[in-house]
Amino acid sequence: MKPFTYERAESPAAAAGAAMRHPGAKFVAGGTNLLDLMKLEIEEPMHLIDVNGLQLDKIEPTPEGGLRIGALVRNTDLAADERVRRDYGVLSRALVAGASGQLRNMATTAGNLLQRTRCPYFYDTNQPCNKRLPGSGCSAVDGASRQLAIIGVSEACIATHPSDMAVALRVLDASVETILPDGTTRTIPIADFHRLPGDTPHLETVLQPGELITAVTLPKPLGGTHIYHKVRDRASYAFALVSIAAVIQRDGSGRVAVGGVAHKPWRVEAAEAELPRGAKAVTERLLADAKPTKDNAFKVKLVERVLGAVLAEAKGA
Amino acid sequence: MAAAAMRSDVHAQTETAPAAVNPVTAPSLAKVSLKVNGKACDLELDTRTTLLDALREHLHLTGSKKGCDQGQCGACTVMVNGRRINSCLTLAVMQQGSEVTTIEGLGTPENMHPMQEAFVKCDGYQCGYCTSGQICSAVAVLGEIKEGIPSHVTEDLMKPPSWDSSEIRERMSGNLCRCGAYSNIMEAITQVAGGRA
Ligand SMILES: Cc1cc2nc3c(=O)[nH]c(=O)nc-3n(C[C@H](O)[C@H](O)[C@H](O)COP(=O)(O)OP(=O)(O)OC[C@H]3O[C@@H](n4cnc5c(N)ncnc54)[C@H](O)[C@@H]3O)c2cc1C
Ligand code: SF4
Ligand code: FES
Ligand code: FES
Repeated sequence: MKPFTYERAESPAAAAGAAMRHPGAKFVAGGTNLLDLMKLEIEEPMHLIDVNGLQLDKIEPTPEGGLRIGALVRNTDLAADERVRRDYGVLSRALVAGASGQLRNMATTAGNLLQRTRCPYFYDTNQPCNKRLPGSGCSAVDGASRQLAIIGVSEACIATHPSDMAVALRVLDASVETILPDGTTRTIPIADFHRLPGDTPHLETVLQPGELITAVTLPKPLGGTHIYHKVRDRASYAFALVSIAAVIQRDGSGRVAVGGVAHKPWRVEAAEAELPRGAKAVTERLLADAKPTKDNAFKVKLVERVLGAVLAEAKGA
Repeated sequence: MAAAAMRSDVHAQTETAPAAVNPVTAPSLAKVSLKVNGKACDLELDTRTTLLDALREHLHLTGSKKGCDQGQCGACTVMVNGRRINSCLTLAVMQQGSEVTTIEGLGTPENMHPMQEAFVKCDGYQCGYCTSGQICSAVAVLGEIKEGIPSHVTEDLMKPPSWDSSEIRERMSGNLCRCGAYSNIMEAITQVAGGRA
């Protein structure tokens, strides 16, 4: 690990300001992704700003009837919150499908959204990777790509976003609240938060340098049946091959977002109009522009099958 | 040169502030005070020191083990402020004021914690490398079920999770055992859980 200086931030504005003052600064929350990458020198901040003391660890009702989740709320606490279990079950389910008990006790809402890809070549510093070293090439396009993306891909990068939580936030239409180093704040719809790789796969979100996430807000509850179905190589403690977050209403209408297939949670609102016609019709629309590799072409069929299972479960519920 | 230029490009957006390759070579020191197994400890550490390394190398509490150093195996599991975490993925300086309990704090050979006793009785190990982590995790798992924290296998999110073996198994999935002592580990935890449920 490269040496770095360290400070504990006292307020969100001070944290964002400090990030601008210190070249090469990064925020650290749970540390579960950042420290892992720092050990490998894939991330090499010169200055760490610890945001754990910012008191952004509350879950509060919003005037609109939704919930405002502080950026530092731990994944365990979010999954266990009674309001989340009752009104946003898909979010609880997605959280507990991710990582391990120990990791969820450390991982935060903001850190989870910003976790970086699990593409094996991103981690292997001996291999070219445009995300790690822009312009060096992508080892995955002709390499082991079984885990990687099938849609929204570019020639530069076919990585997926590994978060389970983000898929549920996408189906719930959450928003991300931030503060910038100049003290202004803004709200970013989750749909616009993560980027597709294009020719700049190292740019993963629309956050500006020094911009601190302060909260994630959920709109008022949608009702319906909440399902998160994750398919992975082990029954527990593994990243998704494919996952589906769904909120399905009694009349068969609903919302669907897919994880494990793209550089961001994948949702196509127009495809949801096909829900009454079944999984095949929805998947055809959802993955119309899919460009899988030889290794991961199975994911197209897998999405359809998992969605089929989700819709059957919703019917039975 | 070209690589260095590109490198700074990488950091422009993924860092919170614009940056070049980290040129810092001298370690940076910071003070941290923690309570470990009830005892106050004041340390001055290289900021890079993980909690695991602080425990093992500075406080000489070598019960917690370094398996993977990447959050993948659970051998380093300790309790911080009553919750189990992977001590390899947190910095010691991030734990200012925290109360840490390691395997040494759970019990001693003369006065074992019930979970330690159960592991001995059920032979819940072979080489023992994962055992401290397994035991710390197991103690926390029973606490988490009691607190009503849901897991991936909890059937109804609005009902308290059950104490059955599928719940325990799922919740223990962050602790790997290279020797495959899983069935005896499960036996030990189920015995303690049975006593509580
Ligand atoms: C073995 C293992 C298995 C895992 N399995 C899964 C899985 O199955 N599913 C899954 O979804 N995840 C999984 N994870 C990933 C885990 O969920 C993430 O590591 C975690 O959510 C990151 O949160 P954190 O708070 O620890 O982030 P950190 O590591 O602290 O930070 C991550 C990034 O976010 C930035 N950041 C943190 N807080 C803020 C803020 N407030 N504003 C702006 N930037 C911020 C940091 O600068 C850093 O770049 C796994 C991790 C491990 C190690
Ligand atoms: S897919 Fe993306 S992250 Fe993986 S090697 Fe290619 S550029 Fe790197
Ligand atoms: S050493 Fe910490 S999880 Fe393996
Ligand atoms: S007893 Fe050897 S690793 Fe578990």
